[in-house]
Amino acid sequence: MKMIYILTLVPFIGILGFLPFVNRIEPYVLGMPFNMFWMSMWVVLTSVILGIMYKLDPRNREGDQE
Amino acid sequence: MNSALIIILAFLLLSIFLGIRSSRGKDMNLEQWTVGGRGFGAIFVFLLMAGEIYTTFSFLGGSGWAYGKGAPALYVLIYITLSYVLSYWLLPEIWKYATENELMSQSDFFVSKYKSPFLGILAAVVGVVSMIPVIVVQLKGLGIIVSEASYGGISMSAAVWMGALSLTIYVMISGIHGSVWTAVIKDTLMIVIIGFLGIYLPLHYFGGFQPMFEAVDAAKPGFLKLPDEGLSVSWFISTVILLVFGFYMWPQVFSAVYSARSGKVFRKNAIISPIYTLMLLFVFFVGFTAILKVPGLVGADADLSLLRLSIETFDPWFIGIIGGAGLLTALVPGSMLLMSVATLLAKNVYKEMAPAASDRHIVRLAKSLVPIIALIAVYFTLNGGDTMSALILMGYSLITQLFPSLLFSLKRNNPINKYGAIAGIISGLAIVTCITISQSTIGTLFPSLPQAAKDLNVGIIALAVNFLVMLLVSLAFSKRAAQT
Repeated sequence: MKMIYILTLVPFIGILGFLPFVNRIEPYVLGMPFNMFWMSMWVVLTSVILGIMYKLDPRNREGDQE
Repeated sequence: MNSALIIILAFLLLSIFLGIRSSRGKDMNLEQWTVGGRGFGAIFVFLLMAGEIYTTFSFLGGSGWAYGKGAPALYVLIYITLSYVLSYWLLPEIWKYATENELMSQSDFFVSKYKSPFLGILAAVVGVVSMIPVIVVQLKGLGIIVSEASYGGISMSAAVWMGALSLTIYVMISGIHGSVWTAVIKDTLMIVIIGFLGIYLPLHYFGGFQPMFEAVDAAKPGFLKLPDEGLSVSWFISTVILLVFGFYMWPQVFSAVYSARSGKVFRKNAIISPIYTLMLLFVFFVGFTAILKVPGLVGADADLSLLRLSIETFDPWFIGIIGGAGLLTALVPGSMLLMSVATLLAKNVYKEMAPAASDRHIVRLAKSLVPIIALIAVYFTLNGGDTMSALILMGYSLITQLFPSLLFSLKRNNPINKYGAIAGIISGLAIVTCITISQSTIGTLFPSLPQAAKDLNVGIIALAVNFLVMLLVSLAFSKRAAQT
């Protein structure tokens, strides 16, 4: 259960915490300036992290009619 | 009438038709008109909420900010993404409590949690006041789409009136069901169109994304980075945090939560939702391409950039399709906003004051309020010169004031009482109003602070004061209660 709380904070740290260090244009990645690429990458990672949280969370294993 | 306008009109008629169809055969009581009978599964709730979150603001305002401000526009992508992380924890709690207590609106939630009808009325009023700027954004969007697609034939103000009229008709015939089905068409169409424009336009004009960004960087050095002052890194972080707090405080989003079948729906939706926001990247690509291709749009005109660039590039029939999609992105959220404001005023303000009123009477009142609210929004649309982004940010700084007391109400032993909640919200609102009227920033209020602190979003002050007042007043009143 503790792990889930830590995971919740990871996207905030990855995007907002690192922002001062990634606010740059070079190098371009996938055609995007680096800051834009960094944020897009974290958007995808946020989905992944939420997916892991969902798997770890015991509440989702209850037989909910869904 | 040109082919672009004919196609847009066809979209309008189709959405009205779907609205009529979906409401036929159902005796619409207040619960069905507003929360759709609480039977929606994951996909429906996803579409319903996406329908409210991706408005014409993301379509036109997002590209407008990329065009006018550059990299700071990325805040839109980030605040939506991080809000979904919050939703994982917040929404199932709200849903559970609302369903157990058969709540219908956000005000009901406050009334029930804090046992204070006055707090419910206050929350409703905050909601109404915050939603007006967002309705204005939708009307602006409708106005921009129709007047641009007419190639100058229809003036902006005539287009806004037409937009308001169609929005009103649309809301009057369909409740939430009409909105859901139109939301399906709207989201599909919007993704296809935005994806196409975002890929085609940079490729067509620059041969690729990187050459496009390099050209923008060469023409406007520093535009693709957050600047050192103004919309800087600290502005970005504070704004995103503020918006994440406000994200689910919108009454129409809040009550969409009630329409779900189970709490698990939200945890499931939280997984895919961030990826969905990536669609906004393509909106930004369009805005950045427009910088060099349709230069010279300043101030609020930056919101025109997507359509101007499209008009430069495509035939009228395709402008009709883009405009039609844009129309739906204004119509779907716009209808929900109008409906929410009307229901809030009828049920959570009027009925609180006249408890004897019957449900039928309330539905009738809500419906008759719709055109009045539309008129008020038209007034502000025609008399304000703000960009969509500025309007949205203003609505957010108001609605965020509900967050502290809502968050504490989810705790099992809530240390906050109704006096604290009321005092906190009112002081937060007062500060937002003062700041907006005097156009202060933290920089002008405290000129001696370091630059990073000066750039913080000024809404943070209102939220901090709200929080402190809430705590102190709760503490003072709980002591008094203990003594007597």
